[in-house]
Formats: sequence, structure tokens, C-alpha cells
Amino acid sequence: MRLAVLSGKGGTGKTFVSVNLASVAKEAIYLDCDVEEPNGWIFLKPELEKKQTISVPYPQVDQARCHGCKKCVEFCKFNALSYVGEKLLVFPQMCHSCGGCVLLCPQKALVEIEREIGSIEYGRAGELETRGGILKLGEPSGVPIIEKLIGSIPAGKPAVIDCPPGSSCTVMESISKSDYCLLVTEPTAFGIHNLALVLELVKLMDKPHGVLINKGLPGETMARDYCIREGLTILETIPYDSKLAYTISQGQLAVEKPKYRQLFEGLLGRIEKEAGL
Amino acid sequence: MKIALPVDQKTMDSPISPSFGRAPYFLVVDTEGGDFEAVANEAAMAPGGAGIKAAQKIADLGAEVLITYRCGQNAHDVLSAAKIKLMRAVAGTAGEVVALFQEGKLEELTQIHPGFHGRGGM
Repeated sequence: MRLAVLSGKGGTGKTFVSVNLASVAKEAIYLDCDVEEPNGWIFLKPELEKKQTISVPYPQVDQARCHGCKKCVEFCKFNALSYVGEKLLVFPQMCHSCGGCVLLCPQKALVEIEREIGSIEYGRAGELETRGGILKLGEPSGVPIIEKLIGSIPAGKPAVIDCPPGSSCTVMESISKSDYCLLVTEPTAFGIHNLALVLELVKLMDKPHGVLINKGLPGETMARDYCIREGLTILETIPYDSKLAYTISQGQLAVEKPKYRQLFEGLLGRIEKEAGL
Repeated sequence: MKIALPVDQKTMDSPISPSFGRAPYFLVVDTEGGDFEAVANEAAMAPGGAGIKAAQKIADLGAEVLITYRCGQNAHDVLSAAKIKLMRAVAGTAGEVVALFQEGKLEELTQIHPGFHGRGGM
């Protein structure tokens, strides 16, 4: 099963849930798709086995060949090209690497060259395989790295996909090949607001899903009420526990304590059942 | 000389739009004779690179001056390659702002923001 863990709001506990679930899953692979701020390694402490550079193609212009027909400028949906002052300007970071401008250019004035946008680190923490994407500072989109990360999952291997926050392109890419989506939320208005956004996304992408309420507080029922109203399955509620917060702040796995090992094993079992596996 | 301004409505009475790349219209005013033309900004709903596309439009319209409240880095790159002068807009209608420009009462826009890139821009 490929399980994606997402939340909309940051800081609800995606990584906390992902690393602990991956640790109790048998011979699984953990993927850190939060490429702007990967932090699963803090808890899993993998031994680095391989590092792969990720590059994307973008157009380079030969000004001498360009006759200024602007076919490329008009074609580009992301406005990565501009022709002014008898010169073609290229904005590499706007480019989505479709290659259309190169194909269209009647003068063959454009060629594709590559730019490094980040890397993927391959590692191992005991039985668990780990892979984490890292986006270079200043690069606008982590999508190509996430695409490679998701594409690298060996067939049939159970995977836990730690998604980026939000509900935009990077999250869509992260959950694109998942069998089940675990939506992590917290009992705050902000948490529920962003849960509604990712709920819309997983419905749109037709992904089976369930909710985990993290940092539950006695008597505070807003997250639970929302789930009941929306007809969502609550797979687990983890009560707020200052000792657990301390454990996390020390970069330790919760499943090292029997109480939480049991909780995450139970949760994994319920997810597998929900996903029909 | 042709002057371009991002505006909210298609008239000389329109206020200057707070955004350049996402403004609904551009007003192009010819200072000789006072002819003007309102052009829809096709970049307003662009998924990305609105500033670049809008700046391309300003260059294609043959404007030599752009009066705007703000301008992002990418749009600035295009405008400067097209040798279009940037002036800082002030409160008032498009007509009033153009008059102020002709009287030499506007300052050059030198503060260029790094761009909003998918973050809305307001």
C-alpha cells in the first residue's frame, strides 16, 4: 500500500505520523516529499547510501538565429519567454520544462539545457528504506523532485509518503500515485479550515481517505464535529501529551515507547483495512 | 509619446490599479493630441508570469513610459530590455496622473519588488 499523509495546515503532525507509521510498517519505504523543508531524517536518522542530483530542462536562445517571430512567447502558458528590444529573454524559473518552445521555433534558435534544482537522498534506517527530496534555495517548484521521488518507489513496496503542507501542485504530485490518503488535523479553526481544502483535493482526485486528529484536547470537539458532519472516518485521535511533545522535540520516535507503538500498529492495521488491503 | 498605465476601468477617470501584472486593463495615452486607448490585460488571469506577459504587452503597444504603483523583478527585466521608463503612480485618476507626469511632478519608480510568484500579489 502507498499511504500519503497530508494535512493542509503545517505543524499538525504529518511528519510525526509518517515517521512513526513507517517505523512500524514491515519492510517499508519512507518518502519525504516536503522538499522545501524535509525533516523526516531528524527522527529516522538514516545512513546515507546515495545522493542523486535533480535537474530540469529549460530553453536557451541563440540570439543570432532568433528572428523575433514571437511564436514561443505566444505559446508559453507560463510566460517564461519575452521578446522586446529585438532580443528574446528567457526566465528559467518560470519554465515548466514542456519543451514546446524548442519544438515550435522555426529558426531552431532554442535548445534545451539543464539546471540543477535539488537532489534526492537515498538512505536506510534499519529495516526501513528512506528517500528525501531537497529543493535548492530560490527554486520556485519542487514538483519535478517529487515526481522522481514517487516514481522511484519499487513496485509492491509499502510506502509512507510524507507530503508537503498546503493543497497545491506539490501536494497533488505527492498523492498522485497513492492508494490511501491519511488527513492529519488538529482541533483548531485553522487546522479544520485547511483540512477542508485537502478534503476537496482528495475527493477531486478520487482517493480513499480517513482522518487522524492529532493533539486532541478534552472537551474540544470541533475537529470531531467537522468529521461527523462531513461523514469522514476518524481513524485515530491522539490526545495532546506534553511528554510526547518533549520526545518529538528531542528528535525521537514515539514508537520507541510501547504505548505509542501499539497506537501506530493499530492505526496502520485500520488504514490497511480501510484501503481494502 | 505613448504612456501606459494599469487601470481598474477603461476610462481616463479610472484609478490606477494597485497591481501591474494583474491589472484588468491598460490605458495607453498619447501625450501629443491626448488620444487614448484601453486594452484588456490578457495576463490578468495567467497561471504564472503575469508580470512578464503584461510587460510584453506594454512593449508591443509601443509605450515609452509606464506609470505604476509597483513592479516586480521579472516585469522590470522585460521593461528595461524594452527601454521603457518606469514612473511611480500617485493617488488620482489616470487623467490626473498623466497630467502630473507631463508637468514633471512624478518620480521614477526605483523600488522593484522580488515578485509574488503564485502568491496572489495583494
